Amino acid sequence: MHETGIWKRLSSAPGRVGEFLSPSPRLRPWFYVGPSLFLLFLFLVYPAIETIVLSFYGPNSHQFVGLANYHYAFTDSTMVTAFQNNAIWLVIFTIFTVALGLVIAVLLDRVRYERVAKSIIFLPMAISMVGASVIWKFMYAFKPEGVAQIGLLNQIVVAFGGKPIAWLIHSPWNNVALIAVGVWLWTGFCMVVLSAALKNIPKQLLEAARIDGANEWQVFLKVLLPLLWPTATVVTTTMIVFVLKIFDIVYVMTNGAFNTDVIANLMYKQAFLFGNYGRASAISVILLLVIVPMMWINIRRFKGQMEMR
Amino acid sequence: MRESLAKTPSRFFLHAVILLLVIVWLLPTLGVLVTSFRSPQAINASGWWMVFSKPFDFTQYTLSNYENVISQQGLGRAFLNSVLIAFPATVFPILIASFGAYAFAWMRFPMRNFLFMIMVGMLVVPLQVTFIPILKIYNFLHLSGTFPGIWIAHTAYGLPLTLYLMHNFIAGLPRDLFDSAAIDGASPLRSFFSIVIPLSVPAIAAVAIFQFLWVWNDLLVALIYLGGSPRVAPLTLTIANLVGSRGQAWWLLTAAAFLSMALPLVIFFSLQRYFVRGILAGSVKG
Repeated sequence: MHETGIWKRLSSAPGRVGEFLSPSPRLRPWFYVGPSLFLLFLFLVYPAIETIVLSFYGPNSHQFVGLANYHYAFTDSTMVTAFQNNAIWLVIFTIFTVALGLVIAVLLDRVRYERVAKSIIFLPMAISMVGASVIWKFMYAFKPEGVAQIGLLNQIVVAFGGKPIAWLIHSPWNNVALIAVGVWLWTGFCMVVLSAALKNIPKQLLEAARIDGANEWQVFLKVLLPLLWPTATVVTTTMIVFVLKIFDIVYVMTNGAFNTDVIANLMYKQAFLFGNYGRASAISVILLLVIVPMMWINIRRFKGQMEMR
Repeated sequence: MRESLAKTPSRFFLHAVILLLVIVWLLPTLGVLVTSFRSPQAINASGWWMVFSKPFDFTQYTLSNYENVISQQGLGRAFLNSVLIAFPATVFPILIASFGAYAFAWMRFPMRNFLFMIMVGMLVVPLQVTFIPILKIYNFLHLSGTFPGIWIAHTAYGLPLTLYLMHNFIAGLPRDLFDSAAIDGASPLRSFFSIVIPLSVPAIAAVAIFQFLWVWNDLLVALIYLGGSPRVAPLTLTIANLVGSRGQAWWLLTAAAFLSMALPLVIFFSLQRYFVRGILAGSVKG
């Protein structure tokens, strides 16, 4: 009798743990989502609101300064340069990653060694932006004329009879040199997503167009492109959100020297080099405001998914 | 006949373009790999491509750059730090997010959809808006410059995405599974461990790879919360500092860069399927 008592007690133990975790069915869900919500609010929602408040205060967050930090952010010459550079990044990086990704996906669809080639283009996705910055800084390495070049790009320039170029110094082309690193890293991502969409297009559709007399170029423009458009839009928004926050490549390769600075790096400098929390907050709020439309697109797309279920 | 004749030059052109692209994508990494095995004198005397004039002359290769960065430049310690940061910062968010995703997918509670929308919105929030307030809290609690500090930060920053992805997967499991488990008298906690977790293994693998690489390759979060503490700095931060202080010391930079790429590349080649899935799934994160 005594033994069954212990047995009973033991066997009900898991149930008791369960009861402990869920005192009542109404409270139970909060034990599951609680940790997530706690971290989410403490690390994302609360700081975002606090930063908006701080953006109206001075360097040490003591004195209310109204819109002074925003006035600084939109008029100071380093900020204006950064906005211009971010715009250059936005246009060139987005167009090249998406367009190159699309072209490569379509080209590779026609060859038998597709898998290997795709792996090679996708490979940089495994590399950190810091690693990629070192790789490309070496590609851009510059030695004066007459000395053996150690950077591949200048070796090619010299081999064709040109003078070695200091790629990372001459503005505005040094921005393009930095953007090239980003394109090299992220084209593979666009390619893989678009290629997956491409594989879902029935081959008969393309054959039908060809039988009707369309050439390859027309098939691409009139059949493939419209069908890939929704996927291309998703990839494009992803690239835009990413490029607006671009930081690592600039921080490591030039740290903003020679007119290459970007918004995220100026925010870092204001907060952690100059200790001006007010200005740093204003800059990051601007970054947030630029990204809010993308946030809205994400939420709407998600709502669409929910309604389909 | 006529068709194949017309096709041959364009096929040749196609292969040529692809070959060119593959070379452009491969050469920069190859250059750094080759250079990391050359002596400092050789690196500055001639371009790395010169090794291919006599590729089997093994006297031109050396491991001394790796010895140097590991023992004297602190890259050995940094590698260990990266491991110590990345593993917990991968396990914690997945564990917490799995519980959360299960509740969001299969339990009813007030404001469920609203809270989930906030979560989705947080996916693209620039981390920059969080740094200053969090750092103030961290300094107050003495968490900046410590491993627990960066674990918690990466866990929180990784949560929206891991929760979103785990939710997508868990919500797709068939309802019958949960109904029959409930009829058999299983508690929600029990169905979580015996149904949800085992069935989610493929999703967890993909999410884990994405989160691990994100943390391993992260510079910004480490810079903010560990910036002043070289003792706990991961590879990315150490290398970024090395670029700043020894920007022309290519024998160090190339070996250091390759050391930081080694583990991600192993994951890339051995788990490519999950790797691609993880990256694709994680693409909504900015």
